Amino acid sequence: MKILVLISNVPDTTTKIRFTGDNTAFDTSGVQWIINPWDELALTRAVELKEAGAVEKVVVANVGEKITEPTLRKALAVGADEAIRVDTEPKDSYFVAKQLAQVAKDFDIILAGIEASDYNGSAVGGMLAEILDIASVSAVSGLNIENGELSVNRDIDGGSQVLSINTPVVLIVQKGIAKEPRIPAMRGIMMARKKPLNVVPAVDAEPRTKFVKFELPPPKAACKMVDEDNAKELIRLLHEEAKVI
Amino acid sequence: MNFDLTEEQQMIRDTVREFAEREVKPVASELDKKQEFSYDLTKKMGELGLFGMNVPHEYGGQGMDTLSYIIAVEEIARVDGSTAATLAAHNSLGISPLLEYGTEEQKHKYIPQLCTGEALWSFGLTEPEAGSDSRGTKTTAKLVDNEWVINGSKIFITNGATKITKGCTVQAVTGVKDGKKIFSTIIVETGTPGFTQKVMHDKMMWRASNTAELYFDDARVPAGNLLGKEGEGSHIMLHTLDGGRLSIGAMGLGLAQGAFEMALEYAKERKQFGKPLTKFQINAFKLADMALKIELARNLLYKACWLKDNGRPYGKEAAMSKLYCSEVANEVAYEAQQIHGGYGLMKDYDIERFYRDQRLLQIGEGTSEIQRLVISRHIGC
Ligand SMILES: Cc1cc2nc3c(=O)[nH]c(=O)nc-3n(C[C@H](O)[C@H](O)[C@H](O)COP(=O)(O)OP(=O)(O)OC[C@H]3O[C@@H](n4cnc5c(N)ncnc54)[C@H](O)[C@@H]3O)c2cc1C
Repeated sequence: MKILVLISNVPDTTTKIRFTGDNTAFDTSGVQWIINPWDELALTRAVELKEAGAVEKVVVANVGEKITEPTLRKALAVGADEAIRVDTEPKDSYFVAKQLAQVAKDFDIILAGIEASDYNGSAVGGMLAEILDIASVSAVSGLNIENGELSVNRDIDGGSQVLSINTPVVLIVQKGIAKEPRIPAMRGIMMARKKPLNVVPAVDAEPRTKFVKFELPPPKAACKMVDEDNAKELIRLLHEEAKVI
Repeated sequence: MNFDLTEEQQMIRDTVREFAEREVKPVASELDKKQEFSYDLTKKMGELGLFGMNVPHEYGGQGMDTLSYIIAVEEIARVDGSTAATLAAHNSLGISPLLEYGTEEQKHKYIPQLCTGEALWSFGLTEPEAGSDSRGTKTTAKLVDNEWVINGSKIFITNGATKITKGCTVQAVTGVKDGKKIFSTIIVETGTPGFTQKVMHDKMMWRASNTAELYFDDARVPAGNLLGKEGEGSHIMLHTLDGGRLSIGAMGLGLAQGAFEMALEYAKERKQFGKPLTKFQINAFKLADMALKIELARNLLYKACWLKDNGRPYGKEAAMSKLYCSEVANEVAYEAQQIHGGYGLMKDYDIERFYRDQRLLQIGEGTSEIQRLVISRHIGC
């Protein structure tokens, strides 16, 4: 069984967000890049399954330019066997899904994070399944493989669901898929250098959306302190200023 | 000149930082309060591969360069001095002399398990009457019936008495020639009859690091436990300390970096007279000076590592790095605590621990005075 983990290269969650080009593009200067947190969990689970002997091979794929290679190297250090980079700037979810479709054909399981922490598109996994014409399961919070049979946990409103799924399949994973992201060991970092990182050219695809404008949320208002014995004032503020009650 | 870290070195920094933030930082204060050596963190550092980073693969290590290791120590020290001490002492003082001077047999026997985090090794040079002046060593080892019979004691030995300490490399006087003592280094395993290890309590700093007194009372080890050649002891110890100084430098640099970050964050948040502390020029300039000193310290230390990795002499730069980084740690921790005001004196704030921990760095592995002595000799005084 082979797993493909989709890896999105996103700004570190503590990055100060700025825009250029009249607020139409994200300013990437000085940004620290990391593996999208959900993808990191997906990768962790994939590597665990490989270590348990349920999976033969774990490959990671990313659509991005050369700056994403350190992120892919990290994925290799965490334990992926191979990395693929589709060499183009990711334009929108459809465009990315199209690019991934060309490299995702020979896998039994494709793991996609529920969303990327940069644009929160939540769309690539579903689109990819559609393009490949295979099944997809969303909101996956657990994956087990026994004797080649997949069992998948889903969080649904007010409870959870366990599904048995045929492959090939795209699983759109969220919290719970792995306990915490794995930190690569020193040995993994040294081995990552020797693992293949294949660069493939992009295929033609028209993005379907275009960034018109970005807007930052209004700056956080200062915190107001209310004396502990002044509940009346607190209620007044919540009612009149915050307008939540 | 190239100031870029390699992709691997950068990944090592990110990885060790993540580990330090996730595993070490949350427990550091509590371990310090309880004076508790953490077997759990030691094991986890072993799993991560932080022990034996400079040891070749064939002995179970990672085969990385000096700078990679120094970055790892720096990142651990950025959140906790005690844990960094366990790491640095085991690598630089425990493993390193065995690797550099051990026979193949000794290396294969001891080093692989020392790279796992399940076993520690210590380095016994200091004695009650031999601190800065290691020639004052009184511990003796006499060859009797093909065994070294050791008598004497050692003090302040890091990692010397944990439950997983497998032994110590001991400097002893093995004879006298032309009125001068002959020094040799001898491997003494834990469990050797006549060898006792006692934990020292109530330190001001590094309270979660294990510090021990060692006693040798007719302790007998096989003649083959000699490390290197007879009479080579001083050379082995001094050479080991050169490497050790880089790791103490890394501890100073990491501590300064951690203290600086705390101070900057605090100064941005804390308001007095209607504005954040950073808006008072005196504090802004203090923070600017901290950033400057840290930058200088890092450049000096990394250069010393570069010299070592490129097979150049690095003794002078190692002494300079140890001296400068430890003094920068002192200055930065002092001002960082000052910026915290009264809160910085409370144990709820990590800066309180950092201020105590930095104090060792100007004393251990050669005091600041001795570093100046070493540097002055290098420059021909
Ligand atoms: C927590 C801790 C961990 C340690 N770990 C280890 C370890 O793992 N292994 C080990 O072998 N040792 C270890 N040490 C010992 C440490 O290396 C010594 O404490 C240090 O070398 C200083 O020796 P001393 O304490 O005897 O001070 P002294 O040598 O007595 O120095 C006292 C003062 O005199 C000054 N002085 C001494 N000689 C001169 C001189 N010639 N010129 C000018 N000034 C001078 C010193 O600078 C210092 O200010 C550790 C110490 C501590 C506190």
